[in-house]
Amino acid sequence: MSLFGKKQTDTASVTYISYAGDTHQVSVPIGDSVMEGAIKNGIDGIVAECGGACQCATCHVYVDEAFLGLLKPIQEDEDEMLNTTASERRPNSRLGCQIPVTKELDGLIVRTPPKQQ
Amino acid sequence: MTSDGVVIVGAGQAGFQVAASLRMEGYEGPVALIGDEPKLPYQRPPLSKGFMAGKQDIESTALRPLAFYQSHRIDLVTGARVTGIDRVGRSVSLASDVGPGRNLQYDALVFAVGARNRMLPVKGAELDGVCYLRTDAEAVDMRQRMEHARDIVVIGGGFIGLELAAAARALGKSVRVIEVQPRLMPRVVSPVLSDFYRDLHSSQGVRISLGVAVSEIAGRQGKVSEVVLSDGSVCPADLALVGIGVVPNIELARDAGLSVSNGIVVDQRLRTEDESIYAIGDCAEHPNPFANPLSGGRVRIESVQNAVDQAKCIAAAIVGRSENYRAVPWFWTDQFDIKLQMAGLSGGYGQVIARGEPESRKFSLFYFRDGRLAAVDSVNRPGDHLAGRKLIGAGTQITPEQAADPSVDLKALR
Repeated sequence: MSLFGKKQTDTASVTYISYAGDTHQVSVPIGDSVMEGAIKNGIDGIVAECGGACQCATCHVYVDEAFLGLLKPIQEDEDEMLNTTASERRPNSRLGCQIPVTKELDGLIVRTPPKQQ
Repeated sequence: MTSDGVVIVGAGQAGFQVAASLRMEGYEGPVALIGDEPKLPYQRPPLSKGFMAGKQDIESTALRPLAFYQSHRIDLVTGARVTGIDRVGRSVSLASDVGPGRNLQYDALVFAVGARNRMLPVKGAELDGVCYLRTDAEAVDMRQRMEHARDIVVIGGGFIGLELAAAARALGKSVRVIEVQPRLMPRVVSPVLSDFYRDLHSSQGVRISLGVAVSEIAGRQGKVSEVVLSDGSVCPADLALVGIGVVPNIELARDAGLSVSNGIVVDQRLRTEDESIYAIGDCAEHPNPFANPLSGGRVRIESVQNAVDQAKCIAAAIVGRSENYRAVPWFWTDQFDIKLQMAGLSGGYGQVIARGEPESRKFSLFYFRDGRLAAVDSVNRPGDHLAGRKLIGAGTQITPEQAADPSVDLKALR
């Protein structure tokens, strides 16, 4: 695998639903994060100030319950950051930068909160 | 209201954030974002971290796709240089590498011009194989050279140098770090942490030379071959990576008649003495409520947090909600599998208290200045880091005893 010409042909479908109800369904390359999928497709409900370093909690999403069990478990740093989100933390809260898109997640639905900062 | 709009000079993290925040704030006037690099604005932290470590591709560093600038009516001018500023006429002249020059009128002008690398002032520094890291193009070049190198000497034991050393070791290269001070990261962390990082790098096979300077870089056929140190020792090197700090880009502001010192001088609202001109990010020397008052309380901070929060502060000011800048500074660095997170500014601290044991690779250091918590450095303890940000921001009184006692819930302190 070349670092510079990495071809990511496999994708999974991810649907982002904003607080206002706007829906964007996009194809996200396998391996990209849910945060990157939003940023690269110009979806506004995700800010990603720190660029995916798990430092800012501005890529907060509510993950559709059907997919929660398919995600890798929350690590300590994400758990701590989730306590600082601008919108209410719920049981299905995650940081988009900590969810790598996989084949199993094809069809994933996430909702963005009313505010990120 | 007039609508000449906002001209932002510099399209790095700070400049980008001003443009994005202005639109988020509902600003309707023209917004021009001017960058001297030929491409979309991108993040710099991953260049020495995720990208250099081979975990992230270079395209993924773009802050936003082109469509974002179009849909948010941001006039993104890339590959352009500002050649002059007319403060009386409120206009900026641009020269472009690719198109004709332009003049832009402004109601508000923002300097987000960043900094450039400090160059190594020794003989041989111009040799091929002596590399610096600032732009994505330099990062790509550096990574390719790293893959083909055998003996890599890193000059400078700060964040960038150590991140590069870790990336080079991960590629299995022979790596030596040269730091002129007697300890690593001397500008920003305490000796306890310097020692922790010396041990970490040593355990990973990085050789470290402290308290010695580079006196010369020797070469063969125009290419670096050896780094010569002030103690006379000679380190074989086919690649020398220099990370010895940066110099703020003050020249444009100075030439426009604005005050400069260690950066473009601004007040607590991040305004220069010209009330329609702001300076933010790496280039701005500003009063910071979390800095050491004994050294004047004025600082210039090189970080994503500072760039983003200062940008938001002045975007709010431009739409009529001017406030003093008072965001808690925070930083992070990734080296090997260790994440160091820093909150606050420790400069001038008198006491440092450990919470947890460095041997456990999970500990925090609490820095007290005049009896008050000034900064918290956390190694693999994200909870302490976030508690630190809160405590410092709120000015909550906490004692050294509370800091040292792991049974005290820092988040519950008020």
